[in-house]
Amino acid sequence: MCRIRKWGPAALLVAPSLLAIGVFVYGFLGWNLRVSVSDWRGLRATYDYAGLDNYRRLAEDTRFIDGVQNVVVFTLVFVFGTLVFGFLLALLLERGVRGEAFFRTVFLFPMAISFIATAIIWRWLLSNASGAQETGLNRLFDSLGVGFLANDWFKSDSYWAVASVAIAAGWALVGYIMALFLAGLRGVSDDLREAARVDGASEAKAFWHVVRPMLLPVVMSAIVILAHISLKTFDLIYAMDAKSRKIETPALYMWFITFEGLNFSIGAAIATLLMVGIAAVIVPYIWYSVRSERRP
Amino acid sequence: MTTSGAPPRIRSRWWPYVATVRYIVLFALVCLFLIPVYVLVVTAMKDPAQVSPSQMWQLPDSLSLDTFADVWPVLEPGFRNSVLMAVPASIISSLLGAANGFVLAKWRFPGADVVFPLILFGMFIPYQAILIPMRELLTDWNLVGGLSGLILVHIIYGLPITTLIFRSYFVTISDELIDSAQVDGAGMIRTLAFVALPIALPAFAVSVIWQFTSAWNDFLFGLVLTSTNSWPVTVALNNIAGGQVVPFHEAMASALLASIPTLLVYILMGRFFMRGLMAGALKG
Repeated sequence: MCRIRKWGPAALLVAPSLLAIGVFVYGFLGWNLRVSVSDWRGLRATYDYAGLDNYRRLAEDTRFIDGVQNVVVFTLVFVFGTLVFGFLLALLLERGVRGEAFFRTVFLFPMAISFIATAIIWRWLLSNASGAQETGLNRLFDSLGVGFLANDWFKSDSYWAVASVAIAAGWALVGYIMALFLAGLRGVSDDLREAARVDGASEAKAFWHVVRPMLLPVVMSAIVILAHISLKTFDLIYAMDAKSRKIETPALYMWFITFEGLNFSIGAAIATLLMVGIAAVIVPYIWYSVRSERRP
Repeated sequence: MTTSGAPPRIRSRWWPYVATVRYIVLFALVCLFLIPVYVLVVTAMKDPAQVSPSQMWQLPDSLSLDTFADVWPVLEPGFRNSVLMAVPASIISSLLGAANGFVLAKWRFPGADVVFPLILFGMFIPYQAILIPMRELLTDWNLVGGLSGLILVHIIYGLPITTLIFRSYFVTISDELIDSAQVDGAGMIRTLAFVALPIALPAFAVSVIWQFTSAWNDFLFGLVLTSTNSWPVTVALNNIAGGQVVPFHEAMASALLASIPTLLVYILMGRFFMRGLMAGALKG
Protein backbone atom coordinates (compact mmCIF):
# COMPACT_ATOMS: atom_id res chain seq x y z
CA MET A 1 0.00 0.00 0.00
CA CYS A 2 2.76 2.37 1.00
CA ARG A 3 4.64 1.52 -2.19
CA ILE A 4 1.64 2.33 -4.32
CA ARG A 5 1.16 5.61 -2.54
CA LYS A 6 4.80 6.41 -3.20
CA TRP A 7 5.11 5.29 -6.80
CA GLY A 8 1.54 5.73 -7.90
CA PRO A 9 1.52 9.47 -8.53
CA ALA A 10 5.01 9.34 -10.07
CA ALA A 11 3.92 6.65 -12.47
CA LEU A 12 0.78 8.61 -13.24
CA LEU A 13 2.82 11.70 -14.10
CA VAL A 14 5.17 9.99 -16.53
CA ALA A 15 2.76 7.43 -17.95
CA PRO A 16 1.23 9.62 -20.70
CA SER A 17 4.65 10.71 -21.96
CA LEU A 18 6.10 7.23 -21.83
CA LEU A 19 3.09 5.85 -23.64
CA ALA A 20 3.31 8.57 -26.30
CA ILE A 21 7.04 8.04 -26.84
CA GLY A 22 6.56 4.29 -26.76
CA VAL A 23 4.03 4.48 -29.57
CA PHE A 24 5.30 7.42 -31.60
CA VAL A 25 8.99 6.53 -31.44
CA TYR A 26 9.45 2.82 -30.85
CA GLY A 27 6.10 1.59 -32.12
CA PHE A 28 6.45 3.65 -35.29
CA LEU A 29 10.05 2.54 -35.87
CA GLY A 30 8.87 -1.06 -35.67
CA TRP A 31 5.90 -0.33 -37.90
CA ASN A 32 8.18 1.35 -40.44
CA LEU A 33 10.46 -1.68 -40.37
CA ARG A 34 7.46 -3.85 -41.12
CA VAL A 35 6.48 -1.63 -44.07
CA SER A 36 10.04 -1.93 -45.36
CA VAL A 37 9.72 -5.71 -45.68
CA SER A 38 6.24 -5.54 -47.19
CA ASP A 39 4.97 -5.13 -50.74
CA TRP A 40 3.05 -1.91 -50.10
CA ARG A 41 2.74 0.11 -53.32
CA GLY A 42 -0.01 2.58 -53.97
CA LEU A 43 -2.44 4.32 -51.68
CA ARG A 44 -3.83 1.26 -49.92
CA ALA A 45 -1.61 -0.20 -47.24
CA THR A 46 -0.72 -3.85 -47.75
CA TYR A 47 1.53 -5.78 -45.46
CA ASP A 48 2.29 -8.98 -47.35
CA TYR A 49 5.76 -10.08 -46.46
CA ALA A 50 8.27 -9.44 -49.21
CA GLY A 51 11.48 -10.26 -47.38
CA LEU A 52 14.44 -8.11 -48.26
CA ASP A 53 13.17 -7.37 -51.76
CA ASN A 54 12.96 -3.62 -51.18
CA TYR A 55 16.49 -3.46 -49.85
CA ARG A 56 17.73 -5.52 -52.79
CA ARG A 57 16.03 -3.12 -55.19
CA LEU A 58 17.68 -0.17 -53.49
CA ALA A 59 21.09 -1.77 -53.89
CA GLU A 60 20.49 -1.67 -57.65
CA ASP A 61 18.73 1.67 -57.79
CA THR A 62 21.11 4.22 -59.30
CA ARG A 63 19.07 7.11 -57.95
CA PHE A 64 19.53 5.76 -54.42
CA ILE A 65 23.21 5.07 -54.96
CA ASP A 66 23.78 8.59 -56.29
CA GLY A 67 21.92 9.85 -53.24
CA VAL A 68 24.24 7.93 -50.94
CA GLN A 69 27.22 9.37 -52.75
CA ASN A 70 25.75 12.85 -52.37
CA VAL A 71 25.14 12.47 -48.67
CA VAL A 72 28.68 11.20 -48.18
CA VAL A 73 30.16 14.23 -49.95
CA PHE A 74 27.74 16.50 -48.10
CA THR A 75 28.61 14.98 -44.72
CA LEU A 76 32.37 15.16 -45.27
CA VAL A 77 32.34 18.80 -46.37
CA PHE A 78 29.74 19.90 -43.85
CA VAL A 79 31.20 18.14 -40.81
CA PHE A 80 34.81 18.99 -41.55
CA GLY A 81 34.16 22.60 -42.57
CA THR A 82 31.83 23.37 -39.68
CA LEU A 83 34.19 21.77 -37.21
CA VAL A 84 37.21 23.75 -38.43
CA PHE A 85 35.42 27.09 -38.57
CA GLY A 86 33.57 26.49 -35.31
CA PHE A 87 36.83 25.73 -33.59
CA LEU A 88 38.52 28.76 -35.14
CA LEU A 89 35.73 31.05 -33.91
CA ALA A 90 35.91 29.56 -30.43
CA LEU A 91 39.68 30.06 -30.32
CA LEU A 92 39.30 33.67 -31.39
CA LEU A 93 36.70 34.36 -28.70
CA GLU A 94 38.01 32.15 -25.95
CA ARG A 95 40.31 34.54 -24.09
CA GLY A 96 37.69 37.17 -23.50
CA VAL A 97 37.30 39.63 -26.32
CA ARG A 98 35.62 42.94 -25.82
CA GLY A 99 32.16 42.66 -27.31
CA GLU A 100 32.16 38.88 -27.03
CA ALA A 101 28.39 38.82 -26.56
CA PHE A 102 27.99 40.66 -29.86
CA PHE A 103 30.17 38.21 -31.76
CA ARG A 104 28.46 35.23 -30.20
CA THR A 105 25.05 36.63 -31.05
CA VAL A 106 26.05 37.17 -34.67
CA PHE A 107 27.54 33.74 -35.19
CA LEU A 108 24.66 31.94 -33.51
CA PHE A 109 21.65 33.70 -34.97
CA PRO A 110 21.19 31.37 -37.99
CA MET A 111 20.28 28.67 -35.47
CA ALA A 112 17.12 30.65 -34.75
CA ILE A 113 15.85 30.75 -38.33
CA SER A 114 14.38 27.93 -40.35
CA PHE A 115 16.30 25.90 -42.89
CA ILE A 116 13.67 27.02 -45.38
CA ALA A 117 14.55 30.68 -44.92
CA THR A 118 18.25 29.81 -44.97
CA ALA A 119 17.84 27.89 -48.20
CA ILE A 120 15.89 30.69 -49.86
CA ILE A 121 18.64 33.21 -49.18
CA TRP A 122 21.43 30.87 -50.20
CA ARG A 123 19.67 29.71 -53.32
CA TRP A 124 19.93 33.23 -54.62
CA LEU A 125 23.47 33.74 -53.38
CA LEU A 126 24.58 30.55 -55.08
CA SER A 127 22.72 31.18 -58.32
CA ASN A 128 24.54 30.17 -61.49
CA ALA A 129 22.62 32.48 -63.81
CA SER A 130 24.90 34.30 -66.23
CA GLY A 131 24.89 37.43 -68.36
CA ALA A 132 22.42 40.11 -67.39
CA GLN A 133 20.74 37.71 -64.97
CA GLU A 134 23.97 36.99 -63.15
CA THR A 135 23.47 37.50 -59.45
CA GLY A 136 24.53 36.38 -56.02
CA LEU A 137 28.10 35.52 -55.19
CA ASN A 138 29.06 35.15 -58.84
CA ARG A 139 28.09 38.74 -59.51
CA LEU A 140 29.90 39.86 -56.39
CA PHE A 141 33.05 38.03 -57.50
CA ASP A 142 32.84 39.64 -60.91
CA SER A 143 32.49 43.13 -59.55
CA LEU A 144 35.38 42.54 -57.16
CA GLY A 145 37.56 41.44 -60.06
CA VAL A 146 37.80 37.83 -58.94
CA GLY A 147 35.40 36.47 -61.53
CA PHE A 148 37.43 33.28 -61.83
CA LEU A 149 35.87 32.24 -58.54
CA ALA A 150 32.44 32.18 -60.15
CA ASN A 151 30.91 28.78 -60.07
CA ASP A 152 27.87 26.74 -60.97
CA TRP A 153 27.45 25.90 -57.27
CA PHE A 154 24.60 23.48 -56.63
CA LYS A 155 23.80 23.31 -60.34
CA SER A 156 27.29 22.10 -61.10
CA ASP A 157 27.73 18.86 -63.00
CA SER A 158 30.42 17.51 -60.74
CA TYR A 159 29.55 15.55 -57.65
CA TRP A 160 30.69 18.52 -55.62
CA ALA A 161 27.36 20.23 -56.37
CA VAL A 162 26.03 19.06 -53.03
CA ALA A 163 29.03 20.62 -51.31
CA SER A 164 27.57 24.05 -51.99
CA VAL A 165 24.51 23.05 -49.97
CA ALA A 166 26.99 22.23 -47.23
CA ILE A 167 28.11 25.88 -47.31
CA ALA A 168 24.59 26.95 -46.39
CA ALA A 169 24.30 24.21 -43.76
CA GLY A 170 27.66 25.16 -42.31
CA TRP A 171 26.63 28.80 -42.15
CA ALA A 172 23.57 27.74 -40.19
CA LEU A 173 25.37 25.51 -37.70
CA VAL A 174 28.86 26.91 -37.25
CA GLY A 175 27.76 29.06 -34.30
CA TYR A 176 26.46 25.98 -32.51
CA ILE A 177 29.79 24.24 -32.85
CA MET A 178 31.56 27.43 -31.77
CA ALA A 179 29.42 27.46 -28.62
CA LEU A 180 30.22 23.81 -27.90
CA PHE A 181 33.95 24.46 -28.26
CA LEU A 182 33.76 27.63 -26.18
CA ALA A 183 32.11 25.71 -23.36
CA GLY A 184 34.73 22.99 -23.73
CA LEU A 185 37.70 25.36 -23.80
CA ARG A 186 36.43 27.19 -20.76
CA GLY A 187 35.90 23.93 -18.98
CA VAL A 188 39.67 23.45 -19.04
CA SER A 189 40.52 25.41 -15.96
CA ASP A 190 43.00 28.24 -16.18
CA ASP A 191 44.81 26.75 -13.20
CA LEU A 192 45.67 23.68 -15.18
CA ARG A 193 47.10 25.72 -18.02
CA GLU A 194 48.88 27.98 -15.57
CA ALA A 195 50.45 24.94 -13.97
CA ALA A 196 51.68 23.75 -17.34
CA ARG A 197 53.10 27.18 -18.02
CA VAL A 198 54.84 27.34 -14.65
CA ASP A 199 56.40 24.01 -15.50
CA GLY A 200 57.99 25.82 -18.42
CA ALA A 201 55.61 24.88 -21.20
CA SER A 202 55.01 27.47 -23.89
CA GLU A 203 51.48 28.61 -24.66
CA ALA A 204 51.43 26.35 -27.70
CA LYS A 205 52.75 23.37 -25.76
CA ALA A 206 50.28 23.94 -22.94
CA PHE A 207 47.54 23.96 -25.53
CA TRP A 208 48.73 20.80 -27.19
CA HIS A 209 49.35 18.74 -24.06
CA VAL A 210 46.72 20.08 -21.67
CA VAL A 211 43.85 21.60 -23.63
CA ARG A 212 43.79 19.34 -26.67
CA PRO A 213 43.23 16.03 -24.89
CA MET A 214 40.42 17.56 -22.84
CA LEU A 215 38.76 18.81 -26.00
CA LEU A 216 38.52 15.38 -27.53
CA PRO A 217 35.05 14.68 -26.03
CA VAL A 218 33.82 18.01 -27.44
CA VAL A 219 35.12 17.11 -30.89
CA MET A 220 33.37 13.77 -30.64
CA SER A 221 30.03 15.37 -29.64
CA ALA A 222 30.34 17.91 -32.41
CA ILE A 223 31.02 15.22 -35.01
CA VAL A 224 28.12 13.08 -33.80
CA ILE A 225 25.70 16.01 -33.81
CA LEU A 226 26.76 17.28 -37.23
CA ALA A 227 26.90 13.84 -38.84
CA HIS A 228 23.42 12.88 -37.68
CA ILE A 229 22.03 16.22 -38.85
CA SER A 230 23.59 15.78 -42.27
CA LEU A 231 22.07 12.32 -42.69
CA LYS A 232 18.54 13.47 -41.93
CA THR A 233 18.56 16.99 -43.38
CA PHE A 234 15.54 17.41 -45.60
CA ASP A 235 14.17 20.95 -45.65
CA LEU A 236 17.41 22.73 -46.53
CA ILE A 237 17.98 20.65 -49.66
CA TYR A 238 14.30 20.56 -50.52
CA ALA A 239 13.99 24.35 -50.45
CA MET A 240 17.29 24.84 -52.25
CA ASP A 241 16.35 22.80 -55.31
CA ALA A 242 13.85 20.05 -54.65
CA LYS A 243 13.87 18.56 -58.12
CA SER A 244 17.59 18.35 -58.63
CA ARG A 245 19.14 14.90 -58.57
CA LYS A 246 22.53 16.58 -58.26
CA ILE A 247 21.93 17.35 -54.61
CA GLU A 248 19.36 14.73 -53.71
CA THR A 249 20.17 12.66 -50.63
CA PRO A 250 18.37 9.53 -49.39
CA ALA A 251 16.46 11.69 -46.90
CA LEU A 252 14.81 13.43 -49.88
CA TYR A 253 14.52 10.40 -52.08
CA MET A 254 12.57 8.75 -49.27
CA TRP A 255 10.06 11.58 -49.35
CA PHE A 256 9.65 11.62 -53.11
CA ILE A 257 9.36 7.88 -53.60
CA THR A 258 6.89 7.59 -50.72
CA PHE A 259 4.59 10.53 -51.06
CA GLU A 260 4.90 11.25 -54.78
CA GLY A 261 5.74 7.80 -56.10
CA LEU A 262 3.43 6.10 -53.58
CA ASN A 263 6.03 3.39 -53.24
CA PHE A 264 5.68 3.12 -49.50
CA SER A 265 7.69 -0.04 -48.90
CA ILE A 266 10.77 1.29 -50.70
CA GLY A 267 10.43 4.60 -48.84
CA ALA A 268 10.26 2.70 -45.56
CA ALA A 269 13.38 0.74 -46.52
CA ILE A 270 15.30 3.98 -47.17
CA ALA A 271 14.05 5.35 -43.86
CA THR A 272 15.17 2.20 -42.06
CA LEU A 273 18.65 2.50 -43.55
CA LEU A 274 18.77 6.14 -42.44
CA MET A 275 17.74 5.08 -38.96
CA VAL A 276 20.44 2.42 -38.84
CA GLY A 277 23.09 4.90 -40.00
CA ILE A 278 22.06 7.43 -37.38
CA ALA A 279 21.70 4.87 -34.59
CA ALA A 280 25.26 3.77 -35.29
CA VAL A 281 26.56 7.17 -34.20
CA ILE A 282 23.85 8.18 -31.72
CA VAL A 283 23.43 5.08 -29.55
CA PRO A 284 27.09 4.96 -28.40
CA TYR A 285 26.90 8.72 -27.85
CA ILE A 286 23.83 8.56 -25.58
CA TRP A 287 25.26 5.57 -23.77
CA TYR A 288 28.53 7.42 -23.18
CA SER A 289 26.80 10.65 -22.08
CA VAL A 290 24.47 8.96 -19.61
CA ARG A 291 27.25 6.81 -18.21
CA SER A 292 29.69 9.67 -17.75
CA GLU A 293 26.94 11.63 -15.99
CA ARG A 294 26.38 8.84 -13.52
CA ARG A 295 30.02 8.84 -12.53
CA PRO A 296 30.54 11.66 -10.03
CA MET B 1 38.26 34.73 -19.73
CA THR B 2 40.43 36.86 -17.48
CA THR B 3 38.55 37.26 -14.26
CA SER B 4 39.29 40.01 -11.82
CA GLY B 5 41.15 38.61 -8.85
CA ALA B 6 43.15 36.17 -10.93
CA PRO B 7 46.85 36.98 -10.98
CA PRO B 8 47.76 38.94 -14.10
CA ARG B 9 48.90 36.62 -16.80
CA ILE B 10 52.44 37.10 -18.03
CA ARG B 11 52.15 37.92 -21.67
CA SER B 12 54.73 38.04 -24.38
CA ARG B 13 55.64 41.38 -25.93
CA TRP B 14 53.77 40.31 -29.04
CA TRP B 15 50.50 40.34 -27.16
CA PRO B 16 49.17 43.73 -28.42
CA TYR B 17 49.73 42.63 -32.00
CA VAL B 18 48.05 39.31 -31.40
CA ALA B 19 45.05 41.08 -29.92
CA THR B 20 44.79 43.46 -32.88
CA VAL B 21 45.05 40.68 -35.43
CA ARG B 22 42.41 38.78 -33.49
CA TYR B 23 39.98 41.69 -33.79
CA ILE B 24 40.70 42.16 -37.48
CA VAL B 25 40.08 38.49 -38.17
CA LEU B 26 36.91 38.50 -36.08
CA PHE B 27 35.51 41.52 -37.87
CA ALA B 28 36.36 40.06 -41.25
CA LEU B 29 34.53 36.88 -40.29
CA VAL B 30 31.53 38.84 -39.02
CA CYS B 31 31.34 40.67 -42.37
CA LEU B 32 31.55 37.42 -44.34
CA PHE B 33 29.00 35.83 -42.07
CA LEU B 34 26.53 38.67 -42.47
CA ILE B 35 26.60 38.68 -46.29
CA PRO B 36 23.31 36.74 -46.48
CA VAL B 37 21.73 39.14 -44.01
CA TYR B 38 22.90 42.12 -46.03
CA VAL B 39 21.36 40.72 -49.18
CA LEU B 40 18.17 39.79 -47.38
CA VAL B 41 17.60 43.16 -45.74
CA VAL B 42 18.80 45.32 -48.61
CA THR B 43 16.66 43.48 -51.14
CA ALA B 44 13.54 43.39 -49.01
CA MET B 45 13.74 47.12 -48.31
CA LYS B 46 14.24 48.22 -51.90
CA ASP B 47 11.62 49.88 -53.98
CA PRO B 48 10.25 46.98 -56.08
CA ALA B 49 10.97 49.05 -59.19
CA GLN B 50 14.67 49.11 -58.36
CA VAL B 51 14.97 45.38 -57.80
CA SER B 52 16.68 43.11 -60.27
CA PRO B 53 18.99 40.18 -59.71
CA SER B 54 21.87 42.12 -61.21
CA GLN B 55 21.38 44.88 -58.65
CA MET B 56 21.52 42.48 -55.74
CA TRP B 57 24.50 44.09 -54.05
CA GLN B 58 23.47 47.72 -54.51
CA LEU B 59 22.13 49.68 -51.59
CA PRO B 60 18.54 50.86 -52.06
CA ASP B 61 18.11 54.36 -53.54
CA SER B 62 15.23 54.87 -51.18
CA LEU B 63 13.81 52.74 -48.43
CA SER B 64 10.51 51.13 -49.17
CA LEU B 65 8.31 48.70 -47.30
CA ASP B 66 6.18 47.98 -50.36
CA THR B 67 7.55 44.49 -50.82
CA PHE B 68 6.59 43.55 -47.28
CA ALA B 69 3.11 44.91 -47.86
CA ASP B 70 2.91 42.86 -51.07
CA VAL B 71 3.87 39.52 -49.56
CA TRP B 72 2.27 39.81 -46.15
CA PRO B 73 -1.31 38.98 -47.25
CA VAL B 74 -0.05 35.76 -48.83
CA LEU B 75 2.09 34.81 -45.87
CA GLU B 76 -0.31 35.84 -43.16
CA PRO B 77 -2.49 32.68 -42.97
CA GLY B 78 0.62 30.52 -42.58
CA PHE B 79 1.97 32.91 -40.01
CA ARG B 80 -1.22 32.71 -38.00
CA ASN B 81 -1.28 28.90 -38.26
CA SER B 82 2.26 28.72 -36.94
CA VAL B 83 1.36 30.88 -33.94
CA LEU B 84 -1.72 28.75 -33.22
CA MET B 85 0.40 25.62 -33.52
CA ALA B 86 3.74 26.55 -31.91
CA VAL B 87 2.41 28.28 -28.80
CA PRO B 88 0.27 25.43 -27.43
CA ALA B 89 2.73 22.79 -28.65
CA SER B 90 5.63 24.39 -26.80
CA ILE B 91 3.71 25.03 -23.58
CA ILE B 92 2.11 21.58 -23.34
CA SER B 93 5.31 19.80 -24.28
CA SER B 94 7.16 21.79 -21.61
CA LEU B 95 4.59 21.01 -18.91
CA LEU B 96 4.80 17.29 -19.66
CA GLY B 97 8.58 17.55 -19.82
CA ALA B 98 8.55 19.22 -16.39
CA ALA B 99 6.60 16.31 -14.91
CA ASN B 100 8.92 13.75 -16.52
CA GLY B 101 12.07 15.61 -15.58
CA PHE B 102 10.87 15.98 -12.00
CA VAL B 103 10.09 12.31 -11.60
CA LEU B 104 13.30 11.20 -13.31
CA ALA B 105 15.42 13.52 -11.18
CA LYS B 106 13.75 13.07 -7.80
CA TRP B 107 11.95 9.75 -7.67
CA ARG B 108 14.36 7.32 -9.16
CA PHE B 109 11.88 4.57 -9.75
CA PRO B 110 13.21 1.15 -10.65
CA GLY B 111 14.24 1.22 -14.29
CA ALA B 112 14.65 5.01 -14.42
CA ASP B 113 18.20 4.56 -15.67
CA VAL B 114 16.93 2.64 -18.67
CA VAL B 115 13.89 4.81 -19.34
CA PHE B 116 15.83 8.05 -19.58
CA PRO B 117 18.20 7.08 -22.42
CA LEU B 118 15.25 5.49 -24.21
CA ILE B 119 13.44 8.84 -24.05
CA LEU B 120 16.55 10.72 -25.18
CA PHE B 121 16.90 8.54 -28.24
CA GLY B 122 13.64 10.00 -29.55
CA MET B 123 15.41 13.33 -29.97
CA PHE B 124 17.86 12.06 -32.55
CA ILE B 125 15.80 9.77 -34.75
CA PRO B 126 15.45 10.77 -38.39
CA TYR B 127 11.79 11.68 -38.73
CA GLN B 128 11.70 9.96 -42.11
CA ALA B 129 11.71 6.68 -40.17
CA ILE B 130 8.39 7.43 -38.45
CA LEU B 131 6.72 9.41 -41.20
CA ILE B 132 4.74 6.61 -42.86
CA PRO B 133 3.27 5.14 -39.64
CA MET B 134 2.62 8.65 -38.31
CA ARG B 135 0.59 9.56 -41.34
CA GLU B 136 -1.28 6.26 -41.25
CA LEU B 137 -2.22 6.53 -37.60
CA LEU B 138 -3.11 10.21 -37.71
CA THR B 139 -5.20 9.64 -40.83
CA ASP B 140 -7.06 6.95 -38.90
CA TRP B 141 -7.57 9.37 -36.06
CA ASN B 142 -8.77 12.04 -38.49
CA LEU B 143 -5.95 14.37 -37.50
CA VAL B 144 -4.42 14.94 -40.92
CA GLY B 145 -5.15 18.14 -42.81
CA GLY B 146 -5.68 20.41 -39.82
CA LEU B 147 -3.54 21.89 -37.10
CA SER B 148 -4.35 19.50 -34.26
CA GLY B 149 -2.33 16.61 -35.67
CA LEU B 150 0.63 18.89 -36.16
CA ILE B 151 0.32 20.18 -32.59
CA LEU B 152 0.14 16.61 -31.28
CA VAL B 153 3.32 15.45 -33.00
CA HIS B 154 5.23 18.56 -31.96
CA ILE B 155 4.21 17.90 -28.37
CA ILE B 156 5.30 14.27 -28.53
CA TYR B 157 8.55 14.65 -30.43
CA GLY B 158 9.41 17.59 -28.19
CA LEU B 159 9.17 15.44 -25.06
CA PRO B 160 12.75 14.10 -25.15
CA ILE B 161 14.37 17.54 -25.11
CA THR B 162 11.91 19.10 -22.66
CA THR B 163 12.33 16.12 -20.32
CA LEU B 164 16.10 16.46 -20.60
CA ILE B 165 16.03 20.20 -19.89
CA PHE B 166 13.89 19.80 -16.77
CA ARG B 167 15.69 16.75 -15.51
CA SER B 168 19.05 18.53 -15.72
CA TYR B 169 17.51 21.42 -13.84
CA PHE B 170 15.82 19.43 -11.08
CA VAL B 171 18.96 17.39 -10.45
CA THR B 172 20.60 20.60 -9.23
CA ILE B 173 17.75 21.38 -6.80
CA SER B 174 18.44 20.08 -3.31
CA ASP B 175 16.43 17.09 -2.16
CA GLU B 176 15.69 18.77 1.18
CA LEU B 177 13.44 21.29 -0.47
CA ILE B 178 11.37 18.52 -2.00
CA ASP B 179 11.46 16.41 1.16
CA SER B 180 10.27 19.25 3.36
CA ALA B 181 7.24 19.69 1.15
CA GLN B 182 6.58 15.99 1.55
CA VAL B 183 6.89 16.22 5.31
CA ASP B 184 4.31 18.98 5.20
CA GLY B 185 2.02 16.40 3.72
CA ALA B 186 2.05 17.52 0.11
CA GLY B 187 1.74 14.66 -2.34
CA MET B 188 3.89 14.34 -5.39
CA ILE B 189 1.63 16.21 -7.75
CA ARG B 190 1.17 19.09 -5.33
CA THR B 191 4.90 19.18 -4.68
CA LEU B 192 5.49 19.43 -8.40
CA ALA B 193 2.87 22.10 -8.96
CA PHE B 194 3.53 24.33 -5.95
CA VAL B 195 7.16 23.74 -5.03
CA ALA B 196 9.10 22.44 -7.98
CA LEU B 197 7.51 24.25 -10.93
CA PRO B 198 7.75 27.75 -9.45
CA ILE B 199 11.48 27.36 -8.87
CA ALA B 200 11.93 25.82 -12.30
CA LEU B 201 10.85 28.94 -14.20
CA PRO B 202 14.27 29.37 -15.86
CA ALA B 203 14.08 25.79 -17.12
CA PHE B 204 10.56 26.49 -18.28
CA ALA B 205 11.79 29.46 -20.28
CA VAL B 206 14.57 27.39 -21.86
CA SER B 207 12.16 24.63 -22.73
CA VAL B 208 9.38 26.79 -24.15
CA ILE B 209 11.79 28.86 -26.21
CA TRP B 210 13.49 25.79 -27.59
CA GLN B 211 10.24 24.08 -28.44
CA PHE B 212 8.71 27.18 -29.92
CA THR B 213 11.72 27.64 -32.19
CA SER B 214 11.76 24.03 -33.36
CA ALA B 215 8.02 23.91 -33.95
CA TRP B 216 8.07 27.23 -35.78
CA ASN B 217 10.97 26.17 -37.98
CA ASP B 218 9.75 22.65 -38.68
CA PHE B 219 8.93 21.88 -42.27
CA LEU B 220 8.69 18.12 -42.72
CA PHE B 221 5.78 17.48 -40.33
CA GLY B 222 3.92 20.47 -41.70
CA LEU B 223 4.41 19.20 -45.23
CA VAL B 224 3.05 15.77 -44.43
CA LEU B 225 0.25 16.59 -42.00
CA THR B 226 -1.36 19.82 -43.15
CA SER B 227 -3.36 20.99 -46.13
CA THR B 228 -3.46 24.42 -47.77
CA ASN B 229 -5.60 26.03 -45.09
CA SER B 230 -3.48 24.79 -42.24
CA TRP B 231 0.01 25.22 -43.72
CA PRO B 232 2.49 26.44 -41.14
CA VAL B 233 4.58 29.42 -42.15
CA THR B 234 7.56 27.36 -43.35
CA VAL B 235 5.44 25.42 -45.82
CA ALA B 236 3.71 28.60 -46.95
CA LEU B 237 7.10 30.28 -47.31
CA ASN B 238 8.49 27.46 -49.39
CA ASN B 239 5.46 27.52 -51.64
CA ILE B 240 5.58 31.28 -52.09
CA ALA B 241 9.28 31.74 -52.39
CA GLY B 242 10.35 28.32 -53.56
CA GLY B 243 9.67 28.60 -57.27
CA GLN B 244 12.25 30.07 -59.60
CA VAL B 245 9.61 32.34 -61.10
CA VAL B 246 9.08 34.27 -57.90
CA PRO B 247 10.63 37.72 -57.97
CA PHE B 248 13.52 37.44 -55.63
CA HIS B 249 12.75 40.53 -53.57
CA GLU B 250 9.46 38.87 -52.66
CA ALA B 251 11.27 35.68 -51.70
CA MET B 252 13.63 37.66 -49.49
CA ALA B 253 10.89 39.71 -47.84
CA SER B 254 8.85 36.57 -47.14
CA ALA B 255 11.86 34.79 -45.65
CA LEU B 256 12.52 37.78 -43.43
CA LEU B 257 8.92 38.06 -42.24
CA ALA B 258 8.69 34.33 -41.53
CA SER B 259 11.84 34.50 -39.41
CA ILE B 260 10.88 37.50 -37.28
CA PRO B 261 9.24 35.67 -34.34
CA THR B 262 12.13 33.27 -33.73
CA LEU B 263 14.68 36.02 -34.31
CA LEU B 264 12.92 38.21 -31.74
CA VAL B 265 12.91 35.37 -29.25
CA TYR B 266 16.59 34.78 -29.93
CA ILE B 267 17.58 38.42 -29.56
CA LEU B 268 15.47 39.07 -26.47
CA MET B 269 16.17 35.79 -24.70
CA GLY B 270 19.44 34.59 -26.16
CA ARG B 271 20.66 33.31 -22.80
CA PHE B 272 17.83 30.79 -22.52
CA PHE B 273 18.18 29.88 -26.17
CA MET B 274 21.86 29.08 -25.58
CA ARG B 275 21.01 26.77 -22.71
CA GLY B 276 18.53 24.87 -24.82
CA LEU B 277 21.22 24.50 -27.45
CA MET B 278 23.67 23.09 -24.95
CA ALA B 279 21.05 20.72 -23.57
CA GLY B 280 20.45 19.48 -27.11
CA ALA B 281 24.07 18.39 -27.25
CA LEU B 282 23.50 16.37 -24.04
CA LYS B 283 25.90 18.77 -22.33
CA GLY B 284 23.40 19.88 -19.67
